[in-house]
Order: sequence, then C-alpha cells, then structure tokens
Amino acid sequence: MGNRTGSSPVLGTIKKDTLQKYRWYPAVFCFLVLDHGGMGLRKLNVDLVTATVAQLCVEACRELSADVRALLEQARNEEESAFGCFILDQVLENLEVAAREQLPICQDTGICVVFLEIGQDLHLTGGDLEAAVNAGVRRGYQEGYLRKSVLSPLTRINTFDNTPAVIHTRMVPGDRLKITVAPKGAGSENMSRLKMLKPADGIEGVKRFVLETVAAAGGCACPPVIVGVGIGGTMEKAALLAKTALIRPAGTASSDPTVAELEKELLALINQTGIGPQGLGGKVTALAVQIETYPTHIAALPVAVNLQCHVARHRSAIL
Amino acid sequence: MVRIRELQTPVGKEQLATLASGDLVNLSGVLYTARDAAHQRLVARLEAGEPLPFALENQALFYVGPSPTPPGKIIGSCGPTTSSRMDPYTPLLLEQGLKIMIGKGPRSQEVVQAIQRHQAAYLVATGGAAALLAQCVKKAELIAYPDLGPEAIYRLEVEKMPLIVAIDPDGRNLFARGAKEGAPLEQEGME
Repeated sequence: MGNRTGSSPVLGTIKKDTLQKYRWYPAVFCFLVLDHGGMGLRKLNVDLVTATVAQLCVEACRELSADVRALLEQARNEEESAFGCFILDQVLENLEVAAREQLPICQDTGICVVFLEIGQDLHLTGGDLEAAVNAGVRRGYQEGYLRKSVLSPLTRINTFDNTPAVIHTRMVPGDRLKITVAPKGAGSENMSRLKMLKPADGIEGVKRFVLETVAAAGGCACPPVIVGVGIGGTMEKAALLAKTALIRPAGTASSDPTVAELEKELLALINQTGIGPQGLGGKVTALAVQIETYPTHIAALPVAVNLQCHVARHRSAIL
Repeated sequence: MVRIRELQTPVGKEQLATLASGDLVNLSGVLYTARDAAHQRLVARLEAGEPLPFALENQALFYVGPSPTPPGKIIGSCGPTTSSRMDPYTPLLLEQGLKIMIGKGPRSQEVVQAIQRHQAAYLVATGGAAALLAQCVKKAELIAYPDLGPEAIYRLEVEKMPLIVAIDPDGRNLFARGAKEGAPLEQEGME
C-alpha cells in the first residue's frame, strides 16, 4: 500500500498532480474553520470555575438540597422504632443547627467528587481546568472550615488542603459548563462494593448482591442510606454509573420503566431488613435506590453498589 | 421500655454497672478524642512500655475527627466515626482502664467480650449529627499529636450529649438484636 503513489486508506487513489495542485487547500480550510470557530466559541475563564467550585463545596457541606431533606422528613414520619425516631429527630435537628451555626452537617466533609459536563462549543481560557477545580476545592475547604481528609494512600501523609478532587469529565453538546460537587464521606464509601456477576445470575443475582451489600454495611454506612447502583458496561463503567446514580435528584425514579420497577422493589426489600437508622433497628434503612444501566458484553454482568449516607451532599451550577 | 439516663464521666464502677443496652443517655463530663492514627500511636506507646499522654483509668474515648474550629467557636462539627476500625486496638486500651467508648456502628465479637471482661460500655452517637453534637461541647483542649490534624487527641468537656448504650458491661449488644431483626434476609437464603 505504501508504495503506490497517492494511495491512502482514507483518500483512496488520487493522482500525484492532483495532490500537488490542491496542496494548500487543507491549510486554508483549517485556517477558515479555526478562525471562524475561534470567534464564535463562547469563552469561559477557569478562574470562574475555581470560584464556583469553592462556593459549591461550602454550600454542599453546610446545607442539604431540598430533595434529600424531603426524603429524611418522610423517613421520620414512617419510622416507628424508638431508636429510629430518636436518631432521625437528631438528624433533622442537626440540619437546622448546621445552617444556623454555619457548620458542616457532618465532620467528615469527604473527598470531593466533581463532575464536569463540558459543552463541546465552549472554550475554556486562563489555564488548566483540573488545576482550577482543585484550586476551588482548596479554597472552599480552607475558607469554609471543612475537614481536610485527603492523603496519600500508602504513606498516609495528608495533603492538608483536601486536594486532589476526584474529577469526572464528560463532553456534551452545547457551550455551557455544568459543575456538580459531591463531597463523599468514607463511612459509606468503605461499605460500597463491586462484583462481576455471571450472566446466569440475572436480575435475581443483581438483587441479591445489592441486598447483601446493604446488609453487610449494617450500621456502618450511616443509614438511612441512598443506594446507588450501576449495572452493565465494564468494571470501571459500573462503578461510575453507581456514583452517577447518587447525584440524580434524590428519590427520582429512573426514566426506564423496567429499571424504575427494580428500584422500587429493591427499596421495599432493603426496608424489610430491619437494619434501620444507624443499624439499631427500624423500618427505614434506605431513603431511595437509584439505578443507572449501560449495555454490557454478552459474557458479563458487572454490578456496582455505591452506598451514600443520609448526608447526601450534591450541589450543581451551570456556567 | 426506653430509659433516659444522666451519665457523668469519668465514670465510677457503680454508675457503670447500672447502664443497660438500649438506654438513652445524656452524657456530661470529660471525653478524649481519638480515632485511627491516635489509636495506632497510643497502642505503639503501650507496646513500647511508654506512658500515655493521658491516663485512661475510668476515662471515655470519643471516636471523632472534628472539622476545623471556625473563629469564635469552641469546636467544629464533631460526630462519631465508624468504631469497628478501632476494634484491633480496643482490648489493649480496655486493659488500661478505659471504661467508655463513643462511636457509631457495631463492634467485633472480641471487643464485645473485652467490654464484658473489663466491665466497660460502648455508646453510640448519631452518625452525621455532627453540628448538633458540637453544641454539647463546652471546652476543647488539644493535648497530644497536633501533627495529626483532625486525628489529634483533644480533651473535651461536654454537656448532655445524646447517646444510646449499645453494649453494656454485661455484654448485651444492641447490634446483635438489630441483626436478628434483619431476619427476612436470612429467610431468603442470603449469605
């Protein structure tokens, strides 16, 4: 192939003199497109990303969004066990105190998970995007008196500014940037699990694994929990799906009716375990089950269960 | 059925003996904070035959790593962390006279037995209720390991901290009861 003049898998066979004649065209084309595109693209300085991330970190840690609060109030109404009511009363009162005293809801202000949905027609200027996000986390955790819990996994030496964040980036249509900050505590993260099921395990196997995970977590994941489940894809895709499920507005059902049905069924099964608030027994073990799915390989059935304690923090902004 | 008790720390033998698993407690008095790294250091000192930075006799430990103290406040948010991570260190500390531990979640069988052997108690605070619990803290003083940041040891004076007795000096364990209430799982053949 390489010996034949003007032959390429892309262009096919083109005569040498034709290539000579039009040799400037690609350069002119590129210039026009870039220049026009450059003028048309919306620009966003990453300094604004830093300021926004800082603000979202502080807000997320001090105040729960209305969706999670509503689920907690509903849980208090449904709970019957004396310990469960004692605990849920404290959980709700704690939200008032945190807002009033400008204190974090939980002392574990987490490792900062940041989702970035970047419009493909947006031009980010002024520096490195990930560095800007980390600068925002640094500022937010410093100025908001949030706990710095991030350290090197092996030496266990703290970075003392809660960076780096765990950043998930996705390109999307449009010219906006959506930032979601979700500080994640280790209590519930530690009890999360992933398993590569066999296709023969089927939906029943998925249910069993979710229930086993919630049961094994018991009181350690700070129930009532929100259960994020990722089904399908590959190993890492399933884990990311489970995390993504957790930042959906809490309590909203999947848009896929089959999945929504599974969410409902699992929530009922989990709340029959009797684990209850803080694992001391009761009706409410989970506030919601939220599932995301993705096509997978014929030989695979990955399932990830990401547990989220009742301090389910997530805040978004669109720039 | 549910009793609300006032409890003062450091705790006396007689007072401890009256605690029963399932009691609701308003705890007032002195607590020492210690979590993973502090436990590791305390136990390392004991194993090296060195003295601890504070006497454990009849004292109470609170498993917590508070958030930083904002200006004008006594302490940042300070809710309990998961107690089971402290399980490997706990029997040795109980041997030193530790009487009360405050955290969240269940303990290992070894710890339940050690609690019974040393006539101690394990109380749980509500995980995540950290701003509320901070309001119970009237004084906080750093006493050891400032390099550990949130894991340093503080001496706290608290008033009416709302807790539940999970494991009493007789070894009765509220979490074991919770597991029994989880029976539907076993009936469905869950492992």
